[in-house]
Amino acid sequence: MEGSAEAIAIRLGRTAVDTRRASILAVYVIWKRDVIRYWRDRVRLVGALAQPLLFLVILGTGLASALRGAGGLGGLDYQQFMYPGIIGMAVLFTSVFSAMSIVWDREFGFLREVLVAPIDRSAVAIGKALGGATQATVQGLVLLVLAPLVGVRLTPLAVLELIGLIFCLSFALTSVGVAVAARMESMMGFQFVVNFMVQPAFFLSGAMFPLTGLPGWMAVLTRLDPLAYGVDPIRRVALGAGGLPGPLLDRLSLTIAGEPVAIWVEVVVLVAFGLAALSAAIWSFRRRA
Amino acid sequence: MHEDQPPGWAVETRGLVKTYGKVEAVRGIDLTVRPGEVFGFLGPNGAGKSTTISILCTLIEPTGGQALVGGIDVVRDPGSVRARIGLVFQDTTLDDQLTARENLEFHAFLYDVPRSERRRRIDRVLEMVELGERAGSLVRTFSGGMKRRLEIARGILHSPYVLFLDEPTLGLDPQTRNRIWEYLHDLRRREGITIFMTTHYMDEAELCDRIAIIDHGRIVALGSPGELKGMVGGDVVTLRTRDDRGAAEEIGRRFGLEPLLDSGGLRLEVEDGASFVPRLLRELSVSVDTVTLSRPSLDDVFLKLTGHAIRDEEVGARDRMRAMAGRWRGARGRG
Ligand SMILES: Nc1ncnc2c1ncn2[C@@H]1O[C@H](COP(=O)(O)OP(=O)(O)OP(=O)(O)O)[C@@H](O)[C@H]1O
Ligand SMILES: [Mg+2]
Repeated sequence: MEGSAEAIAIRLGRTAVDTRRASILAVYVIWKRDVIRYWRDRVRLVGALAQPLLFLVILGTGLASALRGAGGLGGLDYQQFMYPGIIGMAVLFTSVFSAMSIVWDREFGFLREVLVAPIDRSAVAIGKALGGATQATVQGLVLLVLAPLVGVRLTPLAVLELIGLIFCLSFALTSVGVAVAARMESMMGFQFVVNFMVQPAFFLSGAMFPLTGLPGWMAVLTRLDPLAYGVDPIRRVALGAGGLPGPLLDRLSLTIAGEPVAIWVEVVVLVAFGLAALSAAIWSFRRRA
Repeated sequence: MHEDQPPGWAVETRGLVKTYGKVEAVRGIDLTVRPGEVFGFLGPNGAGKSTTISILCTLIEPTGGQALVGGIDVVRDPGSVRARIGLVFQDTTLDDQLTARENLEFHAFLYDVPRSERRRRIDRVLEMVELGERAGSLVRTFSGGMKRRLEIARGILHSPYVLFLDEPTLGLDPQTRNRIWEYLHDLRRREGITIFMTTHYMDEAELCDRIAIIDHGRIVALGSPGELKGMVGGDVVTLRTRDDRGAAEEIGRRFGLEPLLDSGGLRLEVEDGASFVPRLLRELSVSVDTVTLSRPSLDDVFLKLTGHAIRDEEVGARDRMRAMAGRWRGARGRG
């Protein structure tokens, strides 16, 4: 055995690992692990569908009835208005939860297996951000099957555009989550994150009500919410495809200084936001053990 | 043995210090580990074993002193150190939602194991730890011993130059512990890997080439098990006689020794037990029922050097029972 070709090959294999190559492979395999775990956890997949359904069917129906009496949204059905917001909600929650698995991995030790490997720590942040973004995108896309239920007709082109938009949003939100999780010591902080970051982000995003005619302070906060830059273009593409007139859409959309924000600008904002958060996450991972 | 081995020591530390606020976890450790040896780091709970390993593996930075692995400074070039080591942590770091094979694949990617060899090496290490048949099972369904074996398999998957193991056999049954030791010796023999391990099982320390005994963050002794036991001075002879008191008096007179009399009989420490026992039996007038000749154990060494037994403090009842059972078995084996 000692002198066999195999033994020698293995011995010669004991040269130092190429850190750059290993880091790129690490991004891939960290992403892959997240995807495998997500796929294996069917309960979560189904469960994540239940909450949006609950919102759409019960809250949506209730509010739609109430608003119809009060004059409504200029002819737009409230359930239809809310539908893109619910996609945003699913993306938000999936992103945050998958990013928080870093804290879980830290508590259960698995993170150390990664931190002692001969890779650049940036690979951990990037792999996690992409893994979470993939999960959130899938979760958001699954909700597209509910479109007919609320009377939204999607064209193939709209679906393609939505895939891109949902991915950009997922990436931005997951990166923020990873940046926060990189600094968190234990799951204790998780409830804090949900209460003070996730829920406000959801409420301020325009998912449940149009971001027009708000008091000044709140208008400012909503424009600082990355989710707002995701919900708005998703709404415009999804409802626009369904034949909703442009002027009505413009009236409901995100404005800055009174002007509707173009979809490409919103995409740029999301990507920039994601990259900035990812840089912060990389910085945190490089700094700590 | 190895063409590609860096020269000099596999592991070297000089005046290594680590403090956490007021807690001095490591207080000036100097040690050297030879390439290809099995080096044991023996000490009670809280002695600073894991802290030292974490420094050597670049997971924490020392407060003072220097540490080199394969001649590379762990603080100045942690990346290069990481590329040359394998580590089995004290607590499990497997992903229990993945299968055994998936855990190993994950590791193979992190260490850039060449694509052509990935599968073959994974199969080989799985076979080595006898988990080949469970390769596709989720780690969640594994017993503690199986997880440990899988972690050892993972630690050697990328053929590290030094393999660090932090209490690899803690909490395992004797059978599994023996098997893990077989793997480790086999590895060393086949691949000339250097093994640096911590333990607080005395009987395991005996299986190392050399041991450092650490207590309260300091090394109190370093050498082969034989050398360390030599520090206690000779062999231990235990006698049972018709008249222990009379025998004690006669031995003191005739051989100039100071026998200790206790419930177990008469205890003597002599230079060379093998030649002393026949002489004793020939010359002693009191008739002897039984004679036991034993070598001093590492427990005796630890006791002598630190003034307290290694298992005295903070040891769980479970561990203590296991230790007693081990000692009982050991005593019976020798008797
Ligand atoms: N992160 C930390 N913060 C504060 N104190 C620490 C930390 N890590 C270790 N210590 C302290 O350092 C000392 C040495 O701990 P270490 O884990 O190295 O011991 P050990 O020899 O591995 O013990 P065991 O056999 O229980 O694993 C202990 O007193 C411990 O409380
Ligand atoms: Mg320890």
